[in-house]
Amino acid sequence: MTWVLDLFLLLFIAGTAVAALESRCLLTSSIILGAYSFMMCLVYASLGAVDVAFTEAAVGAGAGTVFFLATILRTGRKTSR
Amino acid sequence: MNFIESSFIYWFFVILLMIGLYGAIAKVNLVKKLIGLTIFQTAIILFYVSIGQKKGAGIPILDVGHGHGPPPEITAAQYINPLPHVLMLTAIVVGVATVGVALAVIQRLYAEYGTVEEDEILEMIVTRE
Amino acid sequence: MKRFALLFTFLVGGLLLWGSTDFPDWNDPESPASTYVSNLYITQAYEKTHVPNLVSAILADYRNYDTMFETTVVFTAGTAIFLILRLPLGPLARRRNTEHPEAEPQTLPRDPILEMACRVLFPPTHLFGLYVLTHGHYSPGGGFQAGVILGASFILLAIAFDLRATLSRLPEGLFKPLTALGVAFYVGIGVVCLLLGKNFLDYEGLRAIFSGISPQMIRSHGILLVECGVTVTVSAVIFAIYTNLVSRGNHREGL
Repeated sequence: MTWVLDLFLLLFIAGTAVAALESRCLLTSSIILGAYSFMMCLVYASLGAVDVAFTEAAVGAGAGTVFFLATILRTGRKTSR
Repeated sequence: MNFIESSFIYWFFVILLMIGLYGAIAKVNLVKKLIGLTIFQTAIILFYVSIGQKKGAGIPILDVGHGHGPPPEITAAQYINPLPHVLMLTAIVVGVATVGVALAVIQRLYAEYGTVEEDEILEMIVTRE
Repeated sequence: MKRFALLFTFLVGGLLLWGSTDFPDWNDPESPASTYVSNLYITQAYEKTHVPNLVSAILADYRNYDTMFETTVVFTAGTAIFLILRLPLGPLARRRNTEHPEAEPQTLPRDPILEMACRVLFPPTHLFGLYVLTHGHYSPGGGFQAGVILGASFILLAIAFDLRATLSRLPEGLFKPLTALGVAFYVGIGVVCLLLGKNFLDYEGLRAIFSGISPQMIRSHGILLVECGVTVTVSAVIFAIYTNLVSRGNHREGL
């Protein structure tokens, strides 16, 4: 029965990826990218790769999002196409 | 049903890969291109992690602690394949370092040309020559 | 451009889906990726190294040559960011005001709630990073995860307080050599093993110094030593990337 949960998670990931690419404000894109990284961490954990999930949570949802935010602070957050 | 269960993860991986590829090619803003590349990278990592899966096997950490020794028999079918996990650990950390370098280059481009849109930068380069 | 990109994406996607029918079944224990050498790793890693976490054992013992180069790549990326953001600007930019109006260096008001929360959160985060490093033999964890958690704890400090206050506690003259020190320590262990008669990064050579330790336990301790080197480099590089990115190289203002 866990395939229902996995399917829901995977559909949510696809939706988050499209939303991160299509939103007009770069701040929104960065935060949604952080959520996408965390969803991928959950998928890795459900596939049994606990070390990879730990690293993805620390790197993607932690340091990666902060780097994106630091850059759009310096280059402007309104935009875009 | 067996056909769907045995290969639906590959279909999902292809869909995610194509979302990332579309973002990297078609978007004009450089930060959006970088987001597309990040999605592409996590899709590749998902593919590698998923090919090490085994039916009915557990995580690759043995149940050993202080006070009792290793499990009496370690068979290869009890634990999922740890080798793709090792390779992908390296890939994730190298990926974040590369994203940092790309963001530094974007900041330099912004300081030099005043904009982060690809077509405007191209126009400025062409009119400058 | 968008229509061409969409067409190209569908074409490549269709080709990949057609090629994926040749893949082995997903959950199969007999698929080619799960036979050959990985079975040897699963069955023999515990009796050779006494490390229950198979991923840490393979990463830092069987495949430690790759891990050494990965640490070098992380160090190179930190140095590259430092070099990119500190070179002087070109002629076109000097004639224009390059500060984006939304990113003016403004002194943000001090927020007591944020500062108190950071004061409470920072020590457990730091301690958790050290715990993940040392407990990487028995639970998911290891060098890279611990390095990122330690680096993120410093970033938390820099966000809650001023960037300059954090840099006065952890100056650039300290964390820049630390990025190189981790890599040098890792390579140094390999060279020590080479000088003591064994292959490069073969931990059996360390038994000449620490006599009286069984061959399995010296490999377990060797894994811990190289993970320490990796943690030092990764944490310093993550913090260095943050300080250089957020202030565009001049270390004056931050988030």
